[in-house]
Amino acid sequence: MEVLQLLVSGLANGCVYGLIALGFVLIYKATEAVNFAQGDFMMLGAFVTLGLTNAEYMHLPFWLAAPLAILIMAVLGYLLDYFVLRHLFGQSQTAVVILTIALGFVIRFVAGVIWGHEPQTLESPLAFGDVHLGSVVLGMADVAVIIVTVLMTLFLYQFFQRTKLGLAMQAASQNQMAAYYMGIPVKRVQGLIWGLSGATAAVAGILFASKGAIDPNVGLLGIKAFAAAVIGGFGSLPGALAGGLIVGVIEPFASRYFAAGYSQIAPYALLLIVLVVRPNGLFSQVRIKKV
Amino acid sequence: MRIQFKTSYNDDIRLFPDRWTLGVYTTLLVMAFALPLLIGEFYLGEVTNVLIWAIAGLGLMLLTGQAGQVSLGHAAFLAIGCYTNTILIEAGLSFILAFPLAGVITGMVGAIIAIPALRLHGIYLAIATIALSILADDIIVLLDPWTGGVSGKFPDMITIFGLEIERWSMPTRFYYLVLLVTILCTLFYRNLLRSPLGRAFAAVRDSEVSATAMGVHIARTKTKAFGLSCMITGWAGALMGYYAGAFNNETFSLVISITLLMMIVIGGLGSIHGAFFGAVVVAFLPQVLSILKGAVLGGGVAIPGLETGVFGMILILFILFEPMGIYGRWLKIRTWFELFPFARKDMFRRQKSYLKTERLR
Amino acid sequence: MSLLKIKDATLKFGGVVAVDDLSLSVEEGEIYAIVGPNGAGKSTVFNLISRFYQPFSGSISFDGQNLLDRSADQVADLGIARTFQNIELFDHATVLQNLLVGRHRHRKTSMVEELFFAPRVRREELAHREAVEEIIDFLDLQPYRDKMIAGLPYGVRKVVELGRALASGPSLLLLDEPASGLSVEETQDMRWWIDDIRKQMGITVLMVEHDMGLVSSVSDRVLALADGAKLAEGTPAQVQADPAVIEAYLGAGAV
Repeated sequence: MEVLQLLVSGLANGCVYGLIALGFVLIYKATEAVNFAQGDFMMLGAFVTLGLTNAEYMHLPFWLAAPLAILIMAVLGYLLDYFVLRHLFGQSQTAVVILTIALGFVIRFVAGVIWGHEPQTLESPLAFGDVHLGSVVLGMADVAVIIVTVLMTLFLYQFFQRTKLGLAMQAASQNQMAAYYMGIPVKRVQGLIWGLSGATAAVAGILFASKGAIDPNVGLLGIKAFAAAVIGGFGSLPGALAGGLIVGVIEPFASRYFAAGYSQIAPYALLLIVLVVRPNGLFSQVRIKKV
Repeated sequence: MRIQFKTSYNDDIRLFPDRWTLGVYTTLLVMAFALPLLIGEFYLGEVTNVLIWAIAGLGLMLLTGQAGQVSLGHAAFLAIGCYTNTILIEAGLSFILAFPLAGVITGMVGAIIAIPALRLHGIYLAIATIALSILADDIIVLLDPWTGGVSGKFPDMITIFGLEIERWSMPTRFYYLVLLVTILCTLFYRNLLRSPLGRAFAAVRDSEVSATAMGVHIARTKTKAFGLSCMITGWAGALMGYYAGAFNNETFSLVISITLLMMIVIGGLGSIHGAFFGAVVVAFLPQVLSILKGAVLGGGVAIPGLETGVFGMILILFILFEPMGIYGRWLKIRTWFELFPFARKDMFRRQKSYLKTERLR
Repeated sequence: MSLLKIKDATLKFGGVVAVDDLSLSVEEGEIYAIVGPNGAGKSTVFNLISRFYQPFSGSISFDGQNLLDRSADQVADLGIARTFQNIELFDHATVLQNLLVGRHRHRKTSMVEELFFAPRVRREELAHREAVEEIIDFLDLQPYRDKMIAGLPYGVRKVVELGRALASGPSLLLLDEPASGLSVEETQDMRWWIDDIRKQMGITVLMVEHDMGLVSSVSDRVLALADGAKLAEGTPAQVQADPAVIEAYLGAGAV
């Protein structure tokens, strides 16, 4: 039963990684940029919810605060694109990478100034109670995380495959100029996708904060989530989720069965192995350029 | 405005294109050597720090600015250089042998690591190097018997043919040592730029397809870029160890890797000047911030994350408004003065370009 | 003896046959043009010679040596240089540096020598630069010599690419649509240059081109390609008069 317990808690952790990874993949699919600040977005989403919910701040009911926080993060995402990323039009991918890393630093600093650096707990109704499944005891938060993640992935997958906006987003990433000529408002589409990824980050943040205490440095989780996204294959939403789950499950098992210190290494070691074997992730999208 | 009349092909090859530049850089060099006479020990130490960062910057610039390979893991190579140097000296080698060897070994490790990394592009290379930087921390702990693990190491005093050099008690001597390494690394960089290998780096950076068609072996060239870059970075790491006086697994963290990359972007990617300009920002920002903080809030108030936050803000502003970094701005100001009063505002206007997918290679 | 010989080469991408059992031979000193509608496989033939693609079957030999034994970067060493349809220059380098990369196959110095800029490196550099300056003179590139590629107009880039290929001192020059996107005057210049490249430098030229005016004025022999297979081969006049070619270009019933 211990194995099952490890597996489930690993899956729940993995879902949080997966949700952050979804944010990465969303932006990559639509704009070909990589948002290294996605983890810090998640952290910010968690703190915004905390600021709205907790007694010492605004003290709103959780079920009002959560949608509000998601909305706030969506708007922040859109504004970020509007004021910053849109102006990088035509600059290299590297410029975007380094810019979003810097952005992460700034978000972490701002969150520290507003909410302090002490760990805080979100007063979330999800944080209490257990679910009994046979002999396995699951935290309410873990169950919620898994359910919400599956729903979120399904929703986003359908969105990209079925809706006009989703297809427009994919087209815009393949070739901005061609998409522009086809009548796709490239800039607005990209703004919307940043908004969508902000909302995803907020969902991840709320779920993460329901599982334990948060401080401004939890955003560094984003790096692990990024590794997950790469393992799963950038550009594929189910792949991102799968990568998140793999990383989430590896960690508790590595710390249980290997010497101390190895559980930290395991996800990155796996990442390097995947990159050596399949340089473009398990679900590669890179093709050879025609000359 | 200066106009060069070139009368021989050597005019394109020599280090300084004309007498004016030669004069400027000679003056700069003389000033660098006379610096210990001009400023106090504290500021001399700060300048030494700038130079060490500049060496590290040159190392990464060679790889990222010249050969176009992004690395977010160069702190790992700083660590390898630092530990190798200390371990070699502890094994009985003299500094004059151990120090160059530390760089060469770091370069070889870098070249070996480059082999699997060769197939990676853009973000995949970035994440792989991030993983490398994170793993380096854990590997140092796991190699406790050699590296001293969490408790770290303290480098011995440097002796070169009986001449003792130490960062705290003899800052002037240490400064001269760092200055010599800086000059040597800068010369290496310049020499590469004017020879076939440096051009092959640029070719690989700008178009792998046509580089191949011109006979450039992509994998071999990238491996050399990694090797040379890591060699210079290794030297910087060894000097950093001496400068800090003590180091452990957390000295060369991912944050250092990121800072290094941000530094060369702020300074100006692809130029030697950029590494130096960026190093000045990195080394002096903490001082400036603490002075400002003292003036505004009074002393003794700690704001965690302030330095990285402000540094991040500076980087964002540069990428948005001056993607060529401080060096790009410097060129514009210089041109404005040279052409006075004929400089036009749109002379440096960037070309609008559209992003094409990087999934096609 | 033919300089370049392609025998029964076939290349498929998935189910699509890009090059279908194609044979051709280019004689030393001639200008040989490949024409054909878009998607006929013209550039693919170039990419086969450059070793970017591995043929399914068949053989390619150059100067009596089996080209299929060589990797893509060794092709230049044999003396084959090429240009690209969509211009693949080194954008963040100057014209001079771009041309110097063309000299890459002639380098003799090692990495360590170059780090210290040993006297031999300087001697070699001077020789490279002399060779490149000749190309610059030949193609009238002096005004752009120290300019970055990124700021140059399209027509000039096209010439720089030709220059880079020439700088490598090839015996066979592959030109992929040298006149596409050029103005009438620029095309005229290109025509003279191609003529001079053969006459003054003795370089054999294989080119892919749409502009029939250019093709018929400079080339000795023309190969018409459709769907990866040979349609007709002969002098420009013969090929232009060939009913199969006319049908491929204008559609059935035009004859």
